[in-house]
Amino acid sequence: MNESPAWLRGALCAAAAMLLVGACAHQAAPVPKKGTTVILLPSQDGAKAAVAVKQDGKEVVLDQPYAAAKPSAQGPERYTSNPQEVEAKFGPALAAMPARPTSFTLYFVEGKDEFAEQSKPQVDAVFSEIARRAVPDVVVIGHTDTVGSDKKNDALALQRAELVRSELIKRGLAPGSVTAIGRGKRELLVPTADGVAEQRNRRVEILVR
Amino acid sequence: MPCSVCAIPRPVFLLLLIMQGTLALLASAAVSATDIGQLKSAKGEVWIERSGARLPAVVGTRVQTVDVVRTGADGSVGMVMVDNSLLSMGPNSVLSLDRLDYDATTQRGRFDTSLQKGSLSVVSGRIAKQSPDAMSVRTPAAILGVRGTEFVVSADE
Repeated sequence: MNESPAWLRGALCAAAAMLLVGACAHQAAPVPKKGTTVILLPSQDGAKAAVAVKQDGKEVVLDQPYAAAKPSAQGPERYTSNPQEVEAKFGPALAAMPARPTSFTLYFVEGKDEFAEQSKPQVDAVFSEIARRAVPDVVVIGHTDTVGSDKKNDALALQRAELVRSELIKRGLAPGSVTAIGRGKRELLVPTADGVAEQRNRRVEILVR
Repeated sequence: MPCSVCAIPRPVFLLLLIMQGTLALLASAAVSATDIGQLKSAKGEVWIERSGARLPAVVGTRVQTVDVVRTGADGSVGMVMVDNSLLSMGPNSVLSLDRLDYDATTQRGRFDTSLQKGSLSVVSGRIAKQSPDAMSVRTPAAILGVRGTEFVVSADE
C-alpha cells in the first residue's frame, strides 16, 4: 500500500468511500497505527508453534519463526519480522519474562512410595534450583507405570507426589508454595502396553518455576 | 496394598483413610482455588484491578480470574500461570485475565486473556499443548488462536 502512487490511493479511497463512509480516514497515514501486531518467535524447546490471527473475518496463520501479522486496511497483513524489530517493540515485555520452569525427575521402587537409590542426589539439585529463584513455586507431579487400574494408579501417583511434597516442606519449603498433582498413567515417559512394569514410568516430576 | 495395612482393624483403617483425605484437602487449600498464577517479576508502576479495587502488584502476588493487570509508563511485569503458561507485559499495558480453567490431572482446560492495550509476550503452557484451540488472546482488533508456543503481540491505540 505504501508504494502505491497518490492518484491510485485517491481513486481507491473515492471508491471505498462510496461503499463505506469514513473508511478512508486510516488510509491517509502511510501505515495504520491502530491495530494488532503479532510476531511468532522461535520456540526454545523446539516445539511446533503456530498462532492464528483472526480479524474482520480474515485469518492469517503464523507458523514459522518471525512470521508476523500487522494491521492493514484489509485486515491482518502477513510479513516477516526480525530480532531487531522484536527487541525495539517488545524489549521491555521480553525482559520481564519469568525464568522457564526447571524440571527434575525422581524414580521410585516398584509399587512403593520409596525413592529409587539413584534418585536421592536429585533432591539436592531441586533445592539448589529453588534457592536460585526469588519466589519459587513448586509443582510435584506423580506418574505411575501401566500396572493396575486408573483408579489405583491415580491414587498411587498422588500419594507419591504428596510424599515428595511433604519431604520438600520438611526441608524448609513453605507449604503454600508446593502443590501435589497425580497424573496416574496418562503421561508415560516410556510408552508401553497396559499392565507393563516399567521403572522409568514410576516417577515424580518436580517443576520449579 | 502393603501388608502392614492388613493388621489394622477395618474401622480404624477407614478412619485413617478419611483422615488422609482431609489432610490432602487441607494441603491443597494452601493455594487458593481461585489463584490462577503468580507474579514473578515486577518493575516500575504495576497494579491489579480486582472487583473495582486497585491492588498493589509485587513479586509473589497471586492473580485470579477476571483480574486486570496494568502497567504504567515505566512498568513491566511477568507471571507464571497454573498451566505453566508464561506471560509478560511491557509499559502502558492492560491485560484482563478473562478465564483460566485447568484440570491438573488431565491437563485440559481453557485460557482466555484480553490485551486491551500495550505489549504482551507469551510462552504457552499445558492447556494449549493438550488442546490446540483452548487458548486465546483477544485484542480490540483481533483474536489470536494459540496453538503454541512463543509469540509477542501488541495492541496499539
